[in-house]
Amino acid sequence: MNTKYNEVEFLICLAASLMEDGTTAFVGTGIPMLAAALAKKTHAPNLVAVFEFGGTGASLENLPLAVGDSRTFHRAVAASGICDIMETAQRGFIEYGFLGAAQIDMYGNINTTVIGNYWPPKVRLPGSGGANDVGSHCWKNIIIIRQHDTKRFVPKVDFLTTPGYLYGPGTREKAGLPPNTGPYRVVTNLALMDFEPHSKRMRLIGLNPGVTVEQVLANTGFDLLLADNIVINSEPTEEQLRILRKEIDPEHYYI
Amino acid sequence: MFLEVSYMEILESGTGELFHPPDPDGFREWVHKHKNTRLVSKIMSEQEAIARFVQDGDYIGTELYGTVRAPMSLIRELIRQGKKHLKVAGQGVHELDLLLAADLVDCLDITYIGWELYGISSILRRAVESGRVKTAEWSNAAISWRFKAAAMGVSFIPVRSMLGTDTFKYSAAKIAKDPWTGKPVCLLPALYLDVGLIHVHQADEYGNCRIEGISGFAVELARASKKLIISAEEIISNEEIRRYPERTIIPYYLVDAVVPAKYGSHPGEMCYRYWRDEEHLLQFYRDSADPEKTRAYLNRWVYGCSSHDEYIKLVGIERLKKLEMEIGGR
Repeated sequence: MNTKYNEVEFLICLAASLMEDGTTAFVGTGIPMLAAALAKKTHAPNLVAVFEFGGTGASLENLPLAVGDSRTFHRAVAASGICDIMETAQRGFIEYGFLGAAQIDMYGNINTTVIGNYWPPKVRLPGSGGANDVGSHCWKNIIIIRQHDTKRFVPKVDFLTTPGYLYGPGTREKAGLPPNTGPYRVVTNLALMDFEPHSKRMRLIGLNPGVTVEQVLANTGFDLLLADNIVINSEPTEEQLRILRKEIDPEHYYI
Repeated sequence: MFLEVSYMEILESGTGELFHPPDPDGFREWVHKHKNTRLVSKIMSEQEAIARFVQDGDYIGTELYGTVRAPMSLIRELIRQGKKHLKVAGQGVHELDLLLAADLVDCLDITYIGWELYGISSILRRAVESGRVKTAEWSNAAISWRFKAAAMGVSFIPVRSMLGTDTFKYSAAKIAKDPWTGKPVCLLPALYLDVGLIHVHQADEYGNCRIEGISGFAVELARASKKLIISAEEIISNEEIRRYPERTIIPYYLVDAVVPAKYGSHPGEMCYRYWRDEEHLLQFYRDSADPEKTRAYLNRWVYGCSSHDEYIKLVGIERLKKLEMEIGGR
Protein backbone atom coordinates (compact mmCIF):
# COMPACT_ATOMS: atom_id res chain seq x y z
CA MET A 1 0.00 0.00 0.00
CA ASN A 2 0.96 3.60 -0.60
CA THR A 3 3.34 5.12 1.93
CA LYS A 4 1.36 8.37 2.00
CA TYR A 5 -1.34 6.81 4.16
CA ASN A 6 -1.86 3.69 6.28
CA GLU A 7 -4.55 1.02 5.95
CA VAL A 8 -6.76 2.41 8.68
CA GLU A 9 -6.74 5.85 7.07
CA PHE A 10 -7.65 4.27 3.76
CA LEU A 11 -10.55 2.33 5.30
CA ILE A 12 -11.88 5.44 7.01
CA CYS A 13 -11.82 7.43 3.77
CA LEU A 14 -13.46 4.62 1.80
CA ALA A 15 -16.19 4.17 4.43
CA ALA A 16 -16.75 7.94 4.56
CA SER A 17 -17.24 8.05 0.79
CA LEU A 18 -20.17 5.62 1.14
CA MET A 19 -22.11 8.03 3.38
CA GLU A 20 -24.65 10.34 1.80
CA ASP A 21 -25.46 13.87 2.84
CA GLY A 22 -28.87 14.42 4.45
CA THR A 23 -29.25 10.90 5.76
CA THR A 24 -28.96 9.02 9.05
CA ALA A 25 -26.21 6.68 10.18
CA PHE A 26 -25.96 4.44 13.22
CA VAL A 27 -22.40 4.94 14.37
CA GLY A 28 -20.29 2.73 16.62
CA THR A 29 -16.81 3.21 18.03
CA GLY A 30 -13.73 2.95 15.89
CA ILE A 31 -13.55 3.39 12.15
CA PRO A 32 -17.30 4.19 11.66
CA MET A 33 -17.02 7.13 14.05
CA LEU A 34 -14.02 8.54 12.22
CA ALA A 35 -15.67 7.93 8.86
CA ALA A 36 -18.83 9.75 9.97
CA ALA A 37 -16.77 12.66 11.32
CA LEU A 38 -14.82 12.86 8.06
CA ALA A 39 -17.97 12.67 5.93
CA LYS A 40 -19.50 15.51 7.96
CA LYS A 41 -16.45 17.68 7.44
CA THR A 42 -16.29 17.02 3.70
CA HIS A 43 -19.18 15.95 1.44
CA ALA A 44 -21.94 15.21 4.00
CA PRO A 45 -22.35 18.11 6.46
CA ASN A 46 -25.98 17.15 7.05
CA LEU A 47 -25.28 13.54 7.98
CA VAL A 48 -27.11 12.78 11.23
CA ALA A 49 -24.99 10.50 13.41
CA VAL A 50 -27.01 8.38 15.82
CA PHE A 51 -25.40 6.66 18.83
CA GLU A 52 -27.11 3.72 20.48
CA PHE A 53 -27.15 4.97 24.06
CA GLY A 54 -29.03 8.14 23.18
CA GLY A 55 -27.09 10.76 21.17
CA THR A 56 -28.69 12.06 17.96
CA GLY A 57 -26.99 14.55 15.64
CA ALA A 58 -23.73 15.21 17.51
CA SER A 59 -21.27 17.71 16.05
CA LEU A 60 -18.47 15.09 16.21
CA GLU A 61 -15.95 17.89 16.68
CA ASN A 62 -14.14 15.74 19.23
CA LEU A 63 -13.70 12.04 18.74
CA PRO A 64 -15.86 9.89 21.03
CA LEU A 65 -14.03 7.01 22.72
CA ALA A 66 -17.18 5.08 23.62
CA VAL A 67 -20.71 4.83 22.17
CA GLY A 68 -22.19 6.46 25.25
CA ASP A 69 -19.57 9.05 26.11
CA SER A 70 -20.37 12.75 26.29
CA ARG A 71 -18.88 13.48 22.88
CA THR A 72 -21.63 11.37 21.29
CA PHE A 73 -24.13 14.07 22.25
CA HIS A 74 -21.95 17.19 22.26
CA ARG A 75 -23.89 19.93 20.46
CA ALA A 76 -26.39 17.24 19.45
CA VAL A 77 -30.07 17.84 18.73
CA ALA A 78 -31.27 15.21 21.19
CA ALA A 79 -29.96 13.16 24.09
CA SER A 80 -32.42 10.37 24.86
CA GLY A 81 -31.88 6.73 25.80
CA ILE A 82 -31.20 3.37 24.23
CA CYS A 83 -34.85 2.29 23.96
CA ASP A 84 -35.70 5.46 22.02
CA ILE A 85 -32.77 5.02 19.62
CA MET A 86 -33.35 1.31 19.04
CA GLU A 87 -37.09 1.86 18.57
CA THR A 88 -36.28 4.60 16.06
CA ALA A 89 -34.23 2.08 14.10
CA GLN A 90 -36.97 -0.55 14.44
CA ARG A 91 -39.50 1.97 13.04
CA GLY A 92 -37.33 2.33 9.92
CA PHE A 93 -35.74 5.74 10.36
CA ILE A 94 -32.04 4.78 10.25
CA GLU A 95 -30.57 4.44 6.77
CA TYR A 96 -27.01 3.23 7.36
CA GLY A 97 -25.65 0.91 10.00
CA PHE A 98 -21.98 0.17 10.59
CA LEU A 99 -20.71 -3.15 11.82
CA GLY A 100 -17.43 -4.88 12.54
CA ALA A 101 -16.87 -8.63 12.55
CA ALA A 102 -14.57 -11.37 13.82
CA GLN A 103 -16.00 -13.66 11.11
CA ILE A 104 -18.25 -13.07 8.08
CA ASP A 105 -19.76 -15.45 5.51
CA MET A 106 -20.87 -14.98 1.89
CA TYR A 107 -24.34 -13.79 2.93
CA GLY A 108 -22.89 -11.12 5.22
CA ASN A 109 -23.75 -12.94 8.44
CA ILE A 110 -21.48 -11.80 11.24
CA ASN A 111 -19.92 -13.39 14.30
CA THR A 112 -18.77 -11.33 17.28
CA THR A 113 -19.68 -13.82 20.03
CA VAL A 114 -17.45 -16.92 20.20
CA ILE A 115 -14.80 -18.80 18.22
CA GLY A 116 -15.39 -22.55 18.42
CA ASN A 117 -18.36 -24.12 20.19
CA TYR A 118 -20.70 -22.00 22.21
CA TRP A 119 -20.06 -23.77 25.49
CA PRO A 120 -17.45 -23.64 26.71
CA PRO A 121 -15.99 -21.46 23.99
CA LYS A 122 -12.43 -21.62 22.70
CA VAL A 123 -12.42 -17.82 22.52
CA ARG A 124 -15.09 -15.68 24.12
CA LEU A 125 -15.61 -12.45 22.17
CA PRO A 126 -17.54 -9.43 23.50
CA GLY A 127 -20.97 -10.52 22.19
CA SER A 128 -23.57 -8.76 20.10
CA GLY A 129 -23.80 -5.43 21.84
CA GLY A 130 -25.95 -3.32 19.55
CA ALA A 131 -24.74 -5.12 16.42
CA ASN A 132 -27.66 -7.55 16.15
CA ASP A 133 -30.07 -4.61 16.42
CA VAL A 134 -28.18 -2.50 13.88
CA GLY A 135 -28.01 -5.46 11.48
CA SER A 136 -31.70 -6.23 11.99
CA HIS A 137 -33.21 -2.74 11.65
CA CYS A 138 -31.04 -0.44 9.49
CA TRP A 139 -31.85 -0.27 5.80
CA LYS A 140 -28.27 -0.60 4.58
CA ASN A 141 -25.45 -2.10 6.60
CA ILE A 142 -21.81 -1.37 5.92
CA ILE A 143 -19.39 -3.90 7.38
CA ILE A 144 -15.82 -2.84 8.02
CA ILE A 145 -13.11 -5.47 8.47
CA ARG A 146 -9.51 -4.36 8.84
CA GLN A 147 -7.92 -7.70 8.06
CA HIS A 148 -9.23 -9.48 4.96
CA ASP A 149 -8.14 -13.13 5.32
CA THR A 150 -9.52 -16.68 5.34
CA LYS A 151 -9.76 -16.70 9.16
CA ARG A 152 -12.35 -13.94 8.94
CA PHE A 153 -13.99 -14.60 5.56
CA VAL A 154 -15.28 -18.10 6.32
CA PRO A 155 -17.73 -20.54 4.66
CA LYS A 156 -19.75 -20.71 7.89
CA VAL A 157 -19.53 -18.42 10.90
CA ASP A 158 -19.00 -20.26 14.22
CA PHE A 159 -21.83 -18.24 15.74
CA LEU A 160 -24.35 -16.12 13.87
CA THR A 161 -24.46 -13.01 16.06
CA THR A 162 -25.87 -10.50 13.58
CA PRO A 163 -28.07 -11.29 10.58
CA GLY A 164 -26.89 -10.74 7.04
CA TYR A 165 -28.94 -12.39 4.30
CA LEU A 166 -28.99 -15.54 6.52
CA TYR A 167 -29.13 -18.53 4.13
CA GLY A 168 -29.94 -16.74 0.87
CA PRO A 169 -32.74 -14.85 -0.90
CA GLY A 170 -35.97 -14.54 1.12
CA THR A 171 -34.63 -16.15 4.30
CA ARG A 172 -34.23 -12.81 6.08
CA GLU A 173 -37.88 -11.91 5.52
CA LYS A 174 -38.98 -15.46 6.35
CA ALA A 175 -37.26 -15.13 9.73
CA GLY A 176 -39.40 -12.04 10.38
CA LEU A 177 -36.81 -9.34 9.71
CA PRO A 178 -38.00 -6.16 7.93
CA PRO A 179 -38.09 -6.47 4.11
CA ASN A 180 -35.53 -4.63 1.96
CA THR A 181 -32.96 -4.39 4.73
CA GLY A 182 -29.57 -6.10 5.01
CA PRO A 183 -25.86 -5.87 4.28
CA TYR A 184 -24.96 -3.26 1.66
CA ARG A 185 -21.17 -3.01 1.45
CA VAL A 186 -18.14 -4.73 2.96
CA VAL A 187 -15.02 -2.61 3.27
CA THR A 188 -11.65 -4.26 3.94
CA ASN A 189 -7.93 -3.56 3.71
CA LEU A 190 -8.02 -5.27 0.30
CA ALA A 191 -11.30 -4.47 -1.40
CA LEU A 192 -14.88 -3.26 -1.55
CA MET A 193 -17.70 -5.78 -1.86
CA ASP A 194 -21.46 -5.55 -2.36
CA PHE A 195 -24.16 -8.25 -2.44
CA GLU A 196 -25.42 -9.48 -5.82
CA PRO A 197 -29.15 -8.57 -5.87
CA HIS A 198 -30.57 -11.97 -6.90
CA SER A 199 -28.40 -14.46 -5.02
CA LYS A 200 -27.64 -12.06 -2.12
CA ARG A 201 -24.07 -13.38 -2.25
CA MET A 202 -21.02 -11.24 -1.57
CA ARG A 203 -19.48 -9.78 -4.74
CA LEU A 204 -16.18 -8.02 -5.40
CA ILE A 205 -16.79 -4.57 -6.91
CA GLY A 206 -13.66 -2.58 -6.08
CA LEU A 207 -9.97 -3.23 -5.45
CA ASN A 208 -7.84 -1.11 -3.21
CA PRO A 209 -4.83 0.35 -5.06
CA GLY A 210 -2.14 -2.26 -5.67
CA VAL A 211 -4.36 -5.24 -4.81
CA THR A 212 -5.20 -7.96 -7.37
CA VAL A 213 -8.37 -10.02 -7.82
CA GLU A 214 -6.33 -13.18 -7.17
CA GLN A 215 -5.12 -11.77 -3.88
CA VAL A 216 -8.67 -11.07 -2.75
CA LEU A 217 -9.88 -14.54 -3.80
CA ALA A 218 -6.94 -16.22 -2.03
CA ASN A 219 -7.83 -14.40 1.17
CA THR A 220 -11.54 -15.24 1.03
CA GLY A 221 -12.64 -18.60 2.44
CA PHE A 222 -15.75 -18.89 0.26
CA ASP A 223 -16.65 -18.39 -3.42
CA LEU A 224 -16.68 -14.66 -3.94
CA LEU A 225 -18.66 -13.41 -6.93
CA LEU A 226 -16.92 -10.98 -9.29
CA ALA A 227 -18.64 -7.89 -10.71
CA ASP A 228 -18.43 -7.29 -14.48
CA ASN A 229 -16.58 -4.04 -13.95
CA ILE A 230 -14.26 -4.14 -10.98
CA VAL A 231 -13.00 -0.64 -10.29
CA ILE A 232 -9.94 0.59 -8.43
CA ASN A 233 -11.01 2.36 -5.24
CA SER A 234 -9.96 6.00 -4.96
CA GLU A 235 -7.00 6.89 -2.80
CA PRO A 236 -7.53 9.32 0.07
CA THR A 237 -7.03 12.92 -0.98
CA GLU A 238 -4.49 15.21 0.70
CA GLU A 239 -7.40 17.18 2.13
CA GLN A 240 -9.08 14.07 3.61
CA LEU A 241 -5.81 12.99 5.23
CA ARG A 242 -5.18 16.47 6.62
CA ILE A 243 -8.66 16.65 8.20
CA LEU A 244 -8.33 13.14 9.56
CA ARG A 245 -4.89 13.67 11.13
CA LYS A 246 -5.13 17.27 12.24
CA GLU A 247 -8.79 17.71 13.12
CA ILE A 248 -10.45 14.35 13.77
CA ASP A 249 -7.85 12.20 15.51
CA PRO A 250 -4.96 14.49 16.48
CA GLU A 251 -4.26 12.29 19.53
CA HIS A 252 -3.94 9.25 17.24
CA TYR A 253 -6.29 7.02 19.19
CA TYR A 254 -7.19 5.15 16.03
CA ILE A 255 -4.90 6.18 13.20
CA MET B 1 -55.76 -7.88 5.63
CA PHE B 2 -56.53 -8.98 9.16
CA LEU B 3 -55.24 -12.39 10.12
CA GLU B 4 -57.19 -13.92 12.98
CA VAL B 5 -55.23 -16.27 15.25
CA SER B 6 -57.08 -17.66 18.24
CA TYR B 7 -53.93 -18.48 20.24
CA MET B 8 -50.32 -17.38 20.03
CA GLU B 9 -48.34 -20.00 18.18
CA ILE B 10 -44.76 -20.43 19.42
CA LEU B 11 -42.55 -21.15 16.43
CA GLU B 12 -39.23 -21.56 18.22
CA SER B 13 -37.72 -21.33 21.69
CA GLY B 14 -34.21 -20.18 22.53
CA THR B 15 -32.12 -22.85 24.28
CA GLY B 16 -30.44 -20.41 26.68
CA GLU B 17 -31.20 -20.64 30.38
CA LEU B 18 -33.72 -18.15 31.77
CA PHE B 19 -31.72 -17.14 34.86
CA HIS B 20 -34.47 -15.00 36.32
CA PRO B 21 -38.01 -15.81 35.07
CA PRO B 22 -40.45 -12.89 35.01
CA ASP B 23 -43.03 -12.78 37.81
CA PRO B 24 -45.15 -9.62 37.38
CA ASP B 25 -47.60 -10.56 40.15
CA GLY B 26 -44.79 -11.32 42.58
CA PHE B 27 -43.19 -7.99 41.72
CA ARG B 28 -46.50 -6.15 42.20
CA GLU B 29 -46.99 -7.68 45.62
CA TRP B 30 -43.42 -6.95 46.64
CA VAL B 31 -43.74 -3.31 45.56
CA HIS B 32 -47.10 -2.97 47.32
CA LYS B 33 -45.69 -4.33 50.55
CA HIS B 34 -42.23 -2.74 50.59
CA LYS B 35 -42.21 0.53 48.68
CA ASN B 36 -42.84 3.62 50.73
CA THR B 37 -44.54 6.75 49.40
CA ARG B 38 -43.65 8.85 52.40
CA LEU B 39 -40.93 11.45 52.03
CA VAL B 40 -38.25 10.09 54.31
CA SER B 41 -34.55 10.73 54.03
CA LYS B 42 -32.70 7.81 52.43
CA ILE B 43 -29.21 9.27 52.66
CA MET B 44 -26.73 6.64 53.77
CA SER B 45 -23.19 5.44 53.15
CA GLU B 46 -22.33 2.96 50.41
CA GLN B 47 -21.45 0.46 53.14
CA GLU B 48 -24.93 0.65 54.64
CA ALA B 49 -26.74 0.66 51.28
CA ILE B 50 -24.98 -2.44 49.96
CA ALA B 51 -25.22 -4.28 53.31
CA ARG B 52 -28.95 -3.58 53.66
CA PHE B 53 -30.17 -4.05 50.12
CA VAL B 54 -27.97 -6.62 48.36
CA GLN B 55 -27.93 -10.31 49.25
CA ASP B 56 -25.88 -13.24 48.01
CA GLY B 57 -27.56 -14.78 44.96
CA ASP B 58 -29.35 -11.61 43.90
CA TYR B 59 -29.91 -10.63 40.29
CA ILE B 60 -28.40 -7.16 39.96
CA GLY B 61 -28.26 -4.59 37.19
CA THR B 62 -26.04 -1.53 36.70
CA GLU B 63 -26.44 1.50 34.48
CA LEU B 64 -24.93 3.00 32.25
CA TYR B 65 -21.65 1.18 31.61
CA GLY B 66 -18.14 1.01 33.01
CA THR B 67 -16.60 4.07 31.43
CA VAL B 68 -19.74 6.22 31.30
CA ARG B 69 -21.85 7.26 34.32
CA ALA B 70 -21.53 3.83 35.97
CA PRO B 71 -22.04 3.41 39.74
CA MET B 72 -18.40 2.51 40.30
CA SER B 73 -18.26 3.48 43.99
CA LEU B 74 -21.18 1.11 44.67
CA ILE B 75 -19.55 -1.66 42.63
CA ARG B 76 -16.31 -1.36 44.59
CA GLU B 77 -18.28 -1.58 47.86
CA LEU B 78 -20.21 -4.61 46.56
CA ILE B 79 -16.86 -6.31 45.95
CA ARG B 80 -15.46 -5.29 49.35
CA GLN B 81 -18.49 -6.89 51.01
CA GLY B 82 -18.02 -9.98 48.83
CA LYS B 83 -21.66 -10.46 47.79
CA LYS B 84 -21.49 -13.82 46.04
CA HIS B 85 -23.34 -15.91 43.44
CA LEU B 86 -24.66 -12.84 41.71
CA LYS B 87 -26.63 -12.93 38.50
CA VAL B 88 -25.88 -9.95 36.29
CA ALA B 89 -27.20 -8.28 33.15
CA GLY B 90 -24.02 -7.83 31.15
CA GLN B 91 -24.03 -4.61 29.20
CA GLY B 92 -20.82 -3.06 30.29
CA VAL B 93 -17.16 -3.11 30.76
CA HIS B 94 -15.12 -1.94 33.76
CA GLU B 95 -17.82 -2.60 36.39
CA LEU B 96 -18.46 -6.12 35.11
CA ASP B 97 -14.77 -6.85 34.65
CA LEU B 98 -14.30 -6.05 38.35
CA LEU B 99 -17.21 -8.25 39.49
CA LEU B 100 -15.99 -11.11 37.30
CA ALA B 101 -12.38 -10.70 38.45
CA ALA B 102 -13.53 -10.85 42.08
CA ASP B 103 -15.34 -14.10 41.21
CA LEU B 104 -18.74 -12.93 42.47
CA VAL B 105 -20.80 -13.75 39.37
CA ASP B 106 -22.45 -17.10 38.57
CA CYS B 107 -24.70 -16.16 35.64
CA LEU B 108 -24.43 -13.55 32.96
CA ASP B 109 -27.18 -12.39 30.62
CA ILE B 110 -24.56 -11.06 28.24
CA THR B 111 -24.90 -8.62 25.41
CA TYR B 112 -21.46 -6.96 25.30
CA ILE B 113 -18.51 -7.00 27.62
CA GLY B 114 -15.52 -5.43 25.96
CA TRP B 115 -13.31 -2.38 25.82
CA GLU B 116 -14.45 -0.74 22.57
CA LEU B 117 -11.31 0.89 21.15
CA TYR B 118 -8.85 -1.16 23.28
CA GLY B 119 -10.23 -4.59 22.46
CA ILE B 120 -11.78 -7.64 24.10
CA SER B 121 -11.98 -8.32 27.84
CA SER B 122 -9.37 -10.77 29.13
CA ILE B 123 -11.31 -11.12 32.37
CA LEU B 124 -14.49 -12.14 30.52
CA ARG B 125 -12.44 -14.65 28.53
CA ARG B 126 -11.00 -16.27 31.65
CA ALA B 127 -14.39 -16.36 33.39
CA VAL B 128 -16.33 -17.87 30.49
CA GLU B 129 -13.74 -20.04 28.73
CA SER B 130 -13.03 -21.81 32.03
CA GLY B 131 -16.75 -22.62 32.35
CA ARG B 132 -16.98 -20.75 35.69
CA VAL B 133 -19.66 -18.31 34.57
CA LYS B 134 -22.80 -19.37 32.69
CA THR B 135 -24.02 -17.16 29.85
CA ALA B 136 -27.17 -16.48 27.84
CA GLU B 137 -27.04 -14.20 24.78
CA TRP B 138 -28.96 -10.99 24.07
CA SER B 139 -28.50 -7.81 22.07
CA ASN B 140 -28.17 -4.36 23.67
CA ALA B 141 -31.69 -3.42 22.60
CA ALA B 142 -33.01 -6.77 23.85
CA ILE B 143 -31.62 -6.28 27.36
CA SER B 144 -32.98 -2.73 27.47
CA TRP B 145 -36.37 -3.85 26.18
CA ARG B 146 -36.42 -6.63 28.80
CA PHE B 147 -36.10 -3.88 31.42
CA LYS B 148 -38.77 -1.91 29.60
CA ALA B 149 -41.17 -4.87 29.76
CA ALA B 150 -40.55 -5.12 33.51
CA ALA B 151 -41.03 -1.35 33.82
CA MET B 152 -44.40 -1.85 32.10
CA GLY B 153 -45.33 -4.52 34.63
CA VAL B 154 -45.81 -7.28 32.06
CA SER B 155 -44.01 -10.57 31.41
CA PHE B 156 -42.76 -10.09 27.84
CA ILE B 157 -42.39 -7.63 24.97
CA PRO B 158 -42.52 -8.37 21.22
CA VAL B 159 -39.59 -7.04 19.16
CA ARG B 160 -37.89 -7.55 15.80
CA SER B 161 -34.31 -8.01 17.00
CA MET B 162 -32.49 -11.36 17.30
CA LEU B 163 -34.62 -13.08 14.62
CA GLY B 164 -32.85 -15.70 12.50
CA THR B 165 -29.63 -15.71 14.55
CA ASP B 166 -27.66 -17.76 17.07
CA THR B 167 -28.01 -14.77 19.40
CA PHE B 168 -31.67 -15.83 19.57
CA LYS B 169 -30.86 -19.56 19.69
CA TYR B 170 -28.65 -19.12 22.78
CA SER B 171 -31.05 -16.69 24.45
CA ALA B 172 -34.13 -17.53 26.51
CA ALA B 173 -36.44 -15.65 24.13
CA LYS B 174 -39.21 -17.19 22.03
CA ILE B 175 -40.37 -16.61 18.48
CA ALA B 176 -44.13 -16.51 17.99
CA LYS B 177 -46.45 -15.88 15.10
CA ASP B 178 -47.63 -12.29 15.47
CA PRO B 179 -51.43 -12.55 15.96
CA TRP B 180 -51.99 -9.48 13.76
CA THR B 181 -49.45 -9.69 10.93
CA GLY B 182 -48.91 -13.45 10.95
CA LYS B 183 -45.14 -12.82 10.72
CA PRO B 184 -42.55 -14.19 13.16
CA VAL B 185 -41.86 -11.88 16.09
CA CYS B 186 -39.36 -12.25 18.94
CA LEU B 187 -40.81 -12.32 22.47
CA LEU B 188 -38.38 -11.12 25.13
CA PRO B 189 -39.00 -12.17 28.74
CA ALA B 190 -39.22 -9.20 31.12
CA LEU B 191 -36.17 -8.78 33.35
CA TYR B 192 -37.20 -7.81 36.88
CA LEU B 193 -34.16 -7.07 39.03
CA ASP B 194 -33.62 -7.75 42.72
CA VAL B 195 -31.37 -4.71 42.92
CA GLY B 196 -30.62 -1.85 40.53
CA LEU B 197 -27.58 0.42 40.89
CA ILE B 198 -27.55 3.82 39.15
CA HIS B 199 -25.21 6.81 39.43
CA VAL B 200 -26.85 10.19 38.79
CA HIS B 201 -25.80 13.82 38.62
CA GLN B 202 -28.19 15.10 41.27
CA ALA B 203 -30.62 13.64 43.80
CA ASP B 204 -32.50 14.99 46.77
CA GLU B 205 -32.46 13.20 50.13
CA TYR B 206 -35.65 11.30 49.25
CA GLY B 207 -34.29 9.94 45.98
CA ASN B 208 -35.72 12.21 43.30
CA CYS B 209 -33.04 12.04 40.61
CA ARG B 210 -31.78 14.07 37.70
CA ILE B 211 -29.49 12.81 34.97
CA GLU B 212 -27.80 15.14 32.48
CA GLY B 213 -27.04 14.11 28.92
CA ILE B 214 -28.22 10.75 27.61
CA SER B 215 -30.35 8.63 29.93
CA GLY B 216 -29.00 5.29 28.65
CA PHE B 217 -31.39 2.74 30.12
CA ALA B 218 -31.79 4.39 33.54
CA VAL B 219 -35.50 5.07 33.06
CA GLU B 220 -36.26 1.41 32.43
CA LEU B 221 -33.79 -0.17 34.88
CA ALA B 222 -34.96 2.03 37.78
CA ARG B 223 -38.54 0.90 37.24
CA ALA B 224 -37.57 -2.76 36.75
CA SER B 225 -35.85 -2.99 40.16
CA LYS B 226 -37.33 -4.26 43.40
CA LYS B 227 -34.65 -2.40 45.34
CA LEU B 228 -32.89 0.61 43.88
CA ILE B 229 -29.65 2.12 45.17
CA ILE B 230 -28.78 5.56 43.84
CA SER B 231 -25.39 7.20 44.13
CA ALA B 232 -25.22 10.89 43.31
CA GLU B 233 -22.54 13.40 42.45
CA GLU B 234 -24.51 16.06 44.27
CA ILE B 235 -27.36 16.19 46.81
CA ILE B 236 -29.81 19.00 46.06
CA SER B 237 -32.84 20.28 47.94
CA ASN B 238 -36.36 19.01 47.49
CA GLU B 239 -37.32 22.63 46.84
CA GLU B 240 -34.99 22.65 43.82
CA ILE B 241 -36.54 19.38 42.58
CA ARG B 242 -40.02 20.90 42.84
CA ARG B 243 -39.00 23.94 40.79
CA TYR B 244 -38.25 21.69 37.80
CA PRO B 245 -40.30 18.50 38.27
CA GLU B 246 -39.97 17.72 34.55
CA ARG B 247 -36.28 17.06 35.13
CA THR B 248 -36.91 14.21 37.60
CA ILE B 249 -36.10 11.08 35.62
CA ILE B 250 -36.31 8.72 38.64
CA PRO B 251 -38.95 9.65 41.26
CA TYR B 252 -38.19 9.01 44.94
CA TYR B 253 -40.71 6.19 45.49
CA LEU B 254 -38.59 3.90 43.30
CA VAL B 255 -35.51 4.55 45.44
CA ASP B 256 -34.33 2.78 48.61
CA ALA B 257 -30.97 4.41 49.23
CA VAL B 258 -29.30 7.68 48.25
CA VAL B 259 -25.53 7.57 48.57
CA PRO B 260 -23.58 10.82 48.16
CA ALA B 261 -20.63 10.02 45.88
CA LYS B 262 -18.76 12.87 44.25
CA TYR B 263 -16.57 11.37 41.49
CA GLY B 264 -18.62 8.19 41.96
CA SER B 265 -18.14 7.15 38.33
CA HIS B 266 -14.33 7.36 38.36
CA PRO B 267 -12.38 6.03 36.42
CA GLY B 268 -15.27 6.46 34.01
CA GLU B 269 -16.67 9.82 32.99
CA MET B 270 -19.62 11.87 34.16
CA CYS B 271 -20.83 14.19 31.43
CA TYR B 272 -20.37 17.93 32.08
CA ARG B 273 -18.49 17.11 35.33
CA TYR B 274 -15.35 15.08 34.60
CA TRP B 275 -13.80 13.21 31.69
CA ARG B 276 -12.75 9.56 31.82
CA ASP B 277 -9.40 8.75 33.41
CA GLU B 278 -7.71 7.39 30.32
CA GLU B 279 -4.42 6.59 32.02
CA HIS B 280 -6.13 4.62 34.80
CA LEU B 281 -8.38 2.73 32.38
CA LEU B 282 -5.57 1.86 30.00
CA GLN B 283 -3.38 0.63 32.86
CA PHE B 284 -6.26 -1.52 34.14
CA TYR B 285 -6.90 -2.88 30.65
CA ARG B 286 -3.24 -3.86 30.26
CA ASP B 287 -3.04 -5.35 33.76
CA SER B 288 -6.25 -7.32 33.24
CA ALA B 289 -4.50 -9.58 30.73
CA ASP B 290 -2.64 -11.12 33.67
CA PRO B 291 -4.57 -12.71 36.59
CA GLU B 292 -1.97 -11.69 39.19
CA LYS B 293 -1.88 -8.09 38.05
CA THR B 294 -5.69 -8.09 38.05
CA ARG B 295 -5.61 -9.29 41.66
CA ALA B 296 -3.07 -6.56 42.49
CA TYR B 297 -5.42 -3.97 40.97
CA LEU B 298 -8.30 -5.20 43.15
CA ASN B 299 -6.05 -5.22 46.23
CA ARG B 300 -4.97 -1.67 45.66
CA TRP B 301 -8.06 0.09 44.32
CA VAL B 302 -10.92 -1.93 45.84
CA TYR B 303 -9.97 -4.02 48.89
CA GLY B 304 -7.26 -1.50 49.79
CA CYS B 305 -9.77 1.31 50.37
CA SER B 306 -12.35 1.05 53.13
CA SER B 307 -14.66 3.62 51.52
CA HIS B 308 -15.23 5.77 48.46
CA ASP B 309 -13.64 8.68 50.31
CA GLU B 310 -10.44 6.67 50.74
CA TYR B 311 -10.53 5.68 47.08
CA ILE B 312 -10.80 9.34 46.10
CA LYS B 313 -7.82 10.18 48.32
CA LEU B 314 -5.86 7.40 46.64
CA VAL B 315 -6.71 8.74 43.18
CA GLY B 316 -5.73 12.22 44.33
CA ILE B 317 -7.70 15.42 44.16
CA GLU B 318 -5.29 17.05 41.70
CA ARG B 319 -5.87 14.29 39.21
CA LEU B 320 -9.64 14.61 39.62
CA LYS B 321 -9.47 18.38 39.16
CA LYS B 322 -7.54 17.76 35.94
CA LEU B 323 -10.30 15.41 34.72
CA GLU B 324 -12.83 18.13 35.51
CA MET B 325 -10.90 20.51 33.28
CA GLU B 326 -10.81 17.99 30.43
CA ILE B 327 -14.56 17.40 30.15
CA GLY B 328 -16.35 19.22 27.35
CA GLY B 329 -18.94 21.85 28.19
CA ARG B 330 -22.32 22.39 26.65
